[in-house]
Amino acid sequence: MFSGLLLASSFITTAATADTLSIAVASNFQTTLAEIADQFEAKTGHKIKVIPGSTGKHFAQISHGAPFDLFFAADARRPELLEKKQLIVAGSRFTYAVGKLVLWSPSADYKLENGQVLDGQDFQYLAIANPKLAPYGKAAWQYLQKTHRAQKLRSQMVRGENIGQTYQFVKSGNAQLGLVALSQVISQMILNNTMSANYWPIPEQDYSPIKQQAVLLKDSPLAQDFLTWFKSAPARQIIHRYGYSTE
Amino acid sequence: MLSPDDLSALWITLKLAGLTTLTLLILCTPLAWWLSQSRWRFKPLLEAIIALPLVLPPTVLGFYLLIALGPNGPLGQLSQFFGAGSLAFSFTGLLIGSVFYSMPFVVQPLQNAFTNLGDRPLEVAATLGASPIDRFFSVIFPMARSGYLTAAVLGFAHTLGEFGVVLMIGGNIPGETQVLSIAIYDHVESLEYTQAHLLSGGLLILSLLMLLSVYGLNRRFSVMNTKH
Repeated sequence: MFSGLLLASSFITTAATADTLSIAVASNFQTTLAEIADQFEAKTGHKIKVIPGSTGKHFAQISHGAPFDLFFAADARRPELLEKKQLIVAGSRFTYAVGKLVLWSPSADYKLENGQVLDGQDFQYLAIANPKLAPYGKAAWQYLQKTHRAQKLRSQMVRGENIGQTYQFVKSGNAQLGLVALSQVISQMILNNTMSANYWPIPEQDYSPIKQQAVLLKDSPLAQDFLTWFKSAPARQIIHRYGYSTE
Repeated sequence: MLSPDDLSALWITLKLAGLTTLTLLILCTPLAWWLSQSRWRFKPLLEAIIALPLVLPPTVLGFYLLIALGPNGPLGQLSQFFGAGSLAFSFTGLLIGSVFYSMPFVVQPLQNAFTNLGDRPLEVAATLGASPIDRFFSVIFPMARSGYLTAAVLGFAHTLGEFGVVLMIGGNIPGETQVLSIAIYDHVESLEYTQAHLLSGGLLILSLLMLLSVYGLNRRFSVMNTKH
């Protein structure tokens, strides 16, 4: 039990060997979770495998017995469905982050305030995530409906299968504007070491909150330790830094 | 049963596969002929490049295409020069992608068919005074007919199943770039398994029938890779 001495005092593990935890995570939260997981690995010496992907696919895989310990989804719907199917550890579902939607362009030429650029003719395509599949896409659709732009923009809207692909459409310059996750824009800024980006946060009253929920699929002391760390103040700071709010 | 969007996805898919096949048959005829006759030192390099879509993940092709079609990419610059705007998210863009993606499936059967012809028939035709074009239509084409059939069916079937490329450059626009494979993917992701089964099953049967026709003809006419 010497490994116990290496641990931060709040973490008690049962095994003397390093165990591995598999976590399925929605693409938009991947960078954030990786950072939280890295710190946990450094603290405890255990390994965390992060498996990014779309929430729909993860949901299907978990329903068919995929060996994940934890699932961090992009919405609340799929965790609720898993709970109904009794595929999760009872009472483990919680909201871990609330996502924010932004209007974004890689070019500084567009004035994005109030979304008025969407009423003009200065752009060919606006990229959004597929409203049917992606929570950020649903939120984008709600905003466009609410501001009476959805009909007018129909022929100019291109849809990514998920928010990662949507970002790529804009980043590559094929679409000039995109409604993407604030966390993506911030991740890119952190990655490229820049302090500025051209984006405008969509007013939060214009779309329903993008609540992202997590569930515990397989109970173990290690999974519990990770969740304790995940809910601690330092981890929460990381979540906020990437542009999410927490409940 | 099938929604209007599903039906339009079916139509877009058939149109894309048909036009891709037609484009490829026209493009690949001279290319395959040249490959079958040439002794050029760098021919293996060209053959390798053409065969790349057989081994590369389609997402790689799609990723590069998205960049190439973008405003800073070569194809994007070209289309802007002609005032065509961006080709990504358009049917034309998908057609360009599919032509690259299905090229080996059309080039290779044609090249095999041309190689198997040998030089004799053409020499005879030339001696009899047939012009090159006449030689092609009255000698080469009839003799390589089964090669053309194989190339057409394989090119068509391969384009039907295209997913990665379309995912990257399509933008999922109903009636424009939303093909069957994408529609199936959407149904599965949104847990609409009935529609997913319907479309997948239909595609499965269609593909099987097409391949069956190739292999059936193969037994009768020896289409692929076999000497007459």
